[in-house]
Amino acid sequence: MNQKYPTEPLKIWNEAKLLRGKYYENYLDAHKLGGLRWAGGAWSFSSIPAGLGEDVYSITGEPHGATIAFFKDFTAKCHEAVEAAGFPRTLCAYMRNYWGSILLDKYIRADGKVVDEHPVPDFIWQDHICCSHAKWYQVAKWLEEKKGKKVPMYCVDVSVGYSMDKPLEDFKINYIVRQLSDGIEWLEKVTGRTYNDKLLCEAVWNEINATRLWAEICALNQNVPAPLDEKTMYSLYVMGTLMKHRKECVDIYRKLKTEIEDRVRRGIAAVGNERFRIITDTQPPWGFLKIFREMEKYGVVSLGSLYTFGLIGMWKYRPDGTWAPKDLPLEKPQTREEAVKMIVEWTVDRPEWAHFYQPEAKTKMILSIVKQWKVDAVLLHYNRGCEGLSVHIAENRHGLLDAGVPVFPFEGNMGDEREFDFPGTLARLTAFFESMGLKKLGE
Amino acid sequence: MIEEIFQQFRDWIDNRHEYAKEWKEKNTKKIIGYLCTYVPEEIVYAADILPVRILGSHEPPTVTEPYIFAMFCHLCRDCLAQGLKGRFNYIDGIVEGQSCLHLRQTFNAWRLHIPTNFAHYIHIPHGIQNPHAIPYLTQELTKFKKALEDWNGKKISNEDLDKGIKIMNENRELMRKVHEFRKLENPKITGLEAMEMVLSSQMVDKEEHSKLLNKLLEELPKRNLQRNTGTRLMIIGSEDDDRVFMKNVEALGATFVIEEHCTGSRYLWDDVVPQEDRLSAIASRYVNRVPCPSKDWPEFTRIQHAVKLAKDFNVQGALVIQNKFCDPHGIEIPPLREALKKVGVQTYPLEFDVTVPWGQFRTRVEAFLETLTGLEELF
Ligand code: SF4
Ligand code: SF4
Repeated sequence: MNQKYPTEPLKIWNEAKLLRGKYYENYLDAHKLGGLRWAGGAWSFSSIPAGLGEDVYSITGEPHGATIAFFKDFTAKCHEAVEAAGFPRTLCAYMRNYWGSILLDKYIRADGKVVDEHPVPDFIWQDHICCSHAKWYQVAKWLEEKKGKKVPMYCVDVSVGYSMDKPLEDFKINYIVRQLSDGIEWLEKVTGRTYNDKLLCEAVWNEINATRLWAEICALNQNVPAPLDEKTMYSLYVMGTLMKHRKECVDIYRKLKTEIEDRVRRGIAAVGNERFRIITDTQPPWGFLKIFREMEKYGVVSLGSLYTFGLIGMWKYRPDGTWAPKDLPLEKPQTREEAVKMIVEWTVDRPEWAHFYQPEAKTKMILSIVKQWKVDAVLLHYNRGCEGLSVHIAENRHGLLDAGVPVFPFEGNMGDEREFDFPGTLARLTAFFESMGLKKLGE
Repeated sequence: MIEEIFQQFRDWIDNRHEYAKEWKEKNTKKIIGYLCTYVPEEIVYAADILPVRILGSHEPPTVTEPYIFAMFCHLCRDCLAQGLKGRFNYIDGIVEGQSCLHLRQTFNAWRLHIPTNFAHYIHIPHGIQNPHAIPYLTQELTKFKKALEDWNGKKISNEDLDKGIKIMNENRELMRKVHEFRKLENPKITGLEAMEMVLSSQMVDKEEHSKLLNKLLEELPKRNLQRNTGTRLMIIGSEDDDRVFMKNVEALGATFVIEEHCTGSRYLWDDVVPQEDRLSAIASRYVNRVPCPSKDWPEFTRIQHAVKLAKDFNVQGALVIQNKFCDPHGIEIPPLREALKKVGVQTYPLEFDVTVPWGQFRTRVEAFLETLTGLEELF
């Protein structure tokens, strides 16, 4: 059977892979290089510790938890260790993966190689919107302390709500700004380093540009055929979750955008037989990404999700009602005060924060994606591994169905394979595709 | 007389909806339902509105399945089920004070699917250990006060706030005084009775409740509980209003002398300390109160408080309960157990669901009690 559209591998692929691998190695080797390392979440204000110097490396918990989840043998060991320590198995799966790695005193590299010794961070720098965010690192700190290692922790409370149609009130912005300003003094105190405002301004500007660029890249998937598929996006968005404040991240996203624009111009597809466009919702069950390949057999392309677009990408509604990459601030910040305020104002619009507060906000964004990205159906992952991104999911289902969008809900767990029934889900999914009039290609 | 007082607490709980409906008719005032104890009831009383806590009924909440994914705690689903079944059809509004994602879902589902005139979410800060939390919460409370004023068509004055603070402080203080009788070698009140006292205070007019507490305090010194105290237990963890469980455990030769959860001492441990700026005073209380673990970081201050309670109430063993899927409390189980163990308090963890499987629990609790008594004999 002839392929409908041409396909070709991404040119940037190897470079992206190397960058990701280097990131994990840098964290591991930071001390050998005389540098510092910190741990925190993918959403933490990573540009702030950047003011401590150029040799400061971080490990962000969620991508690390996802990497562990991808390698199922190691995940199972992590879960066993966490359950043996007395924690319930219903907790956030990434968090359990992370704790498991501390308890086992093992570290997994990006390629799945497990090495001895979980590298202890010099400090923890986190933020808190999900019930598990601060608690995750509070327990990590406690576990390290039991091993005789004291890790200072700072966590910024960002649980101030979300405003869809008007800017967030000043007192809410200021609440976060003040915590970050105190945080800078705290960083100086615990590291003994002098803080460099110039590096902070650079990092803030990098973060703003990287997160805008990622949104621009995702917007290119509105084209038919889609130049990127979701599985590939997972390997690319991860840079934003690991190092959104670093120049390397901006550079690679700039290159990637140029390459995707070129693919669009030349009609290069991610899935050669694209004929049905779907989006998903939250994190996938990481151990079962082969499900995307199964979908391709039906000519189905997954264009991404609010999660892949908005976990890191920054978006806003335009006056005409369309959802588009958020406009950059007019100029780069020049002082500490400007930089801190700018990054807070930039961050509070994060799309993935909206649904924590208002199910309607998330439904509205998904409906915009459905319309603008020409989506035929939505897969909703009722993810037992992540209460944060599953919150209000049942309401989103109602919202989509009310708007006439076909929805396929399925239960699973992003990081604990014991809670995902792959064959059962696949059987239901193919039945869903068939109910949409699709047949396996070549049949 | 004293048995009548405890019977009254029980009746208030068992007939809470009838009570509220009658109260409303008699007083021709509004009633607000709230989900979490982070809602500052002081301001609701100041608005001349009765706050009542929405709690579950311990029936399997199947009606909530289309609205809340079943991986969220049973309390949040059970509360919503009450609304969907129309059991709270007398409330005029619903308010939630940010505690956890679970109850936020209940709030939103209620707002979207159950006819309500007023729905307000107060973004109580999570970072209560940072110095900016109080000024921030003061602003949130200013918004809440204004929302109530606009809805109710009546300004809330400083005098009104003083009245609200007084009602709440008085009720809490009286219940703390009752708790002193639990410290005695032979406590004058059982854990079940204490739970019924606190639970009913969350369901009825506090002024009426306080009147009864005053009577109780007159009678308690004279009381001789005709039962063996047995093992002095503590119960600690997620929200718990399972009276049957309390009763059953206490029938095994034990007494719950203290609890650390939000239908127990956590609700009443701290007062509002008056200040010129009333809202700031209220904000300080809610930031500095014994926290829900969801807000307790980077230090484990609640655990330190629980250890102190265990010592002050001379606790021998603690049941650590987690409502299935309750992340805030589940996360803290190992550090909590370790801290209690360090002061010689043995613990036993139990996972609660909407209904408690007493048959299985009985054997486990009995075994735990035996361990405790065994240890006592050894040393
Ligand atoms: S539950 Fe989800 S949102 Fe919360 S910490 Fe875990 S991965 Fe993050
Ligand atoms: S029991 Fe736990 S999860 Fe449920 S409402 Fe309370 S704190 Fe939240």
